[in-house]
Amino acid sequence: MLAPMIVELGHFTLVLALMLAAVQVVVPFWGAARGWTGWMALAAPLATLQFAAIAISFAALTWAFVTSDFSVKLVFENSHTLKPMLYKVAGVWGNHEGSMLLWVLILSGFGASLHGFGSGLPLRLKAHVLSVQGLIGFAFLAFILLTSNPFLRLAEPPFDGQDMNPLLQDPGLAFHPPFLYLGYVGLSMAFSFAVAALIEGRVDAAWARWVRPWTLAAWVFLTIGIALGSWWAYYELGWGGFWFWDPVENASFMPWLLATALLHSAIVVEKREALKNWTILLAILAFGFSLIGTFLVRSGVITSVHAFANDPERGIFILGLLAFFVGGALTLYAARAGTMEAKGVFSTVSRESALVANNLLLAVAAFVVFTGTLWPLVAEMAFGRKLSVGAPFFDKAFTPFMLILAVILPLGAILPWKRARLARAARPLAGAVALALALAALAFALGTGRSAIAPVAAALGGWLVFGAMTDLWLRAGRRPTRLKRLPRADWGRAFAHGGLGIVMTGIGCLTAWNLEDIRVVKPGESYDLGGYSFRLASVDEVRGPNYVARRAEIAVTRDGAEVGTMLPEKRFYPVAGMPTTEAAILQGSFRDLYIALGDPQADGGYAVRTYVKPFANWIWAGALLMAFGGILSLSDRRYRIAAGARRPAVAAAAATPAE
Amino acid sequence: MRLPRILPPAFLIALAVSLGPAPAPLLSSALAVQPDEVLGDPVLEARARAISAKLRCPVCQGENIDESNAPVSRELRLVVRERLTAGDSDAQVIDYIVDRFGEFVLFEPRATGANLLLWVAGPAMLLLGLGGAAAYLRRRQRQPDGAPAPLSAAEEARIAELMKE
Repeated sequence: MLAPMIVELGHFTLVLALMLAAVQVVVPFWGAARGWTGWMALAAPLATLQFAAIAISFAALTWAFVTSDFSVKLVFENSHTLKPMLYKVAGVWGNHEGSMLLWVLILSGFGASLHGFGSGLPLRLKAHVLSVQGLIGFAFLAFILLTSNPFLRLAEPPFDGQDMNPLLQDPGLAFHPPFLYLGYVGLSMAFSFAVAALIEGRVDAAWARWVRPWTLAAWVFLTIGIALGSWWAYYELGWGGFWFWDPVENASFMPWLLATALLHSAIVVEKREALKNWTILLAILAFGFSLIGTFLVRSGVITSVHAFANDPERGIFILGLLAFFVGGALTLYAARAGTMEAKGVFSTVSRESALVANNLLLAVAAFVVFTGTLWPLVAEMAFGRKLSVGAPFFDKAFTPFMLILAVILPLGAILPWKRARLARAARPLAGAVALALALAALAFALGTGRSAIAPVAAALGGWLVFGAMTDLWLRAGRRPTRLKRLPRADWGRAFAHGGLGIVMTGIGCLTAWNLEDIRVVKPGESYDLGGYSFRLASVDEVRGPNYVARRAEIAVTRDGAEVGTMLPEKRFYPVAGMPTTEAAILQGSFRDLYIALGDPQADGGYAVRTYVKPFANWIWAGALLMAFGGILSLSDRRYRIAAGARRPAVAAAAATPAE
Repeated sequence: MRLPRILPPAFLIALAVSLGPAPAPLLSSALAVQPDEVLGDPVLEARARAISAKLRCPVCQGENIDESNAPVSRELRLVVRERLTAGDSDAQVIDYIVDRFGEFVLFEPRATGANLLLWVAGPAMLLLGLGGAAAYLRRRQRQPDGAPAPLSAAEEARIAELMKE
């Protein structure tokens, strides 16, 4: 009976969420200003209610997609009855309106998480944080309802939908946006904490301890989201590239860089009560860049692969939100930053200084990505030059900062706080240096000698990985039995830093040693590449649920031994009228074999592109290790204890082992 | 191998204009470089690939001509190979194409005029940051540990409450 009304119910709860958000802005804020605890205490339940309302709304839209209700305009434009169920669900956020709904769902989810995890948080701080969070929610709910309503109906429901862009019908991409959004929007918590701190005029170790888990969670999600996107590009776009410096990729990368910086500067606030202003500024900027990312993607101002919304009205609305939130926060910052005194004293050679260097390099790297991304826009508007900024620029302008960062990282990670002697601190790293140099020599010997990229990458990667191991070893007081009892945060740090080394090794070796072969092959013919022998056994027509495909069967052997069979496809999606390339990838620890099938040729053969991609998997494995390191740190007992700080007995027990 | 004749630039531009902003060519992911384009000389081919990676497909959304599947990219790839076979240097090939399509097709903007700002932005910011960091570090060394700020009434109350538990 109720079924036809579900979409309207979702629409209704979305409006309800807007009103709840408005109340969540005003009531806790007013309560905090007047010192009324009752009003302040309403913040968390309101946040939970708002989340529930948006969750119902999101569920209603998902229901419309799953049941293929083509009377809903959005479903008609982005779905099709023949589409597999996974992509019907993923289709909810595979479009502008739905993805914005996911955005606010996650936003309100983070707000509601304070209800559960924020029990030890001072009431006033919590009220301010949730008030700011409510304001962001209100603004974006208004954006959705005014410019991007997903629940609009069509007067005459069509018989079937227009299908989703086939490139997006892929498991990697189905989960890429939710993770990215969890990251982007997770940074809203750091932003809200920063604004709340500015309103209250105080930042201390406790504040930093509160803000770090949310930043860390956002960072973990961003890392996974970016890795998923890059992995998708690798296997779906058909030539095995993994990073293109596309404006939309940059839009997700800038918040990642700043979130990484923020994680590290918050450590200094927590441990040493220094870098307070800078940390607040980073928190504002990190979320600011998430909003810029949203703006770039949603407005289509810099046209790129991802820009599926080219509506100036929406662009201007988001630009307004961006100006309001970042401008407002920065104004508040300018007014209040002076009141926050640093306390910690430290010498130039110390962990603190190393973390300052980390922040400097990451922030400047983010700035370079920012200028490069926006330069075409600036050049056209200010100088009337239509130009492009792409991969060659970023490779040159961005990479040096990451190289310097990698060089100082293992040393900085083991420097003592306050005051250190460089020579003494560096001594335990001698082993790591030796192993890194040995790896570089190995890479040099293995390579053809034409490129320095692989040896440098191997050296830096080895330096980071062995440096991380040394770090753990020193933390355990050079005693293996103590390794197991180290806090998880120490293990998390080692995994994250080592993961970065693995990513760098992967990128460097793949760039230097990538082998490619392009040729026409007839069924029955063989060819060799990189020591492997490929035989095109057959080419057949196959049929998928919503596509037809031509599929080749290629047998791979090495020195006569069978390695595997690869089945590259070229698909055609009739509803969307688009072909896609489904590359076949034979994954391995040290190399991927990668084949993309092309068009049939006049002589009865097929165009075939074959690659041997060394160390490709290291890029994503390293990224996952970094994310895993983040999760380990997040599960450290300090945070678990902090979440339950109301129980004094546990808190007292925790006070001793913590540093 | 046989090279097709170079198309007159006017034709290329007409082709680019007539195709207009292509309907998401990046998304039509097929093979870019076709087997019949590949040069016999591997050194020349490697140079062609390197040059192609720096040139933007004029009608696509942020793809280089090496990856692009658009017809105009194929023509450009062939022009690049034709010029290289004729003995042009890498810079001459790039100039040849930029002369005809404008700097829009260059993925690495030339460090001339206003573009200097773009190239200088990163290093300048690093220097600025280094200066700021140095000043900050010097202040942090000098400043003695101040007395901790007095607790507010609310904090006193909270401590009292905690002590009771």
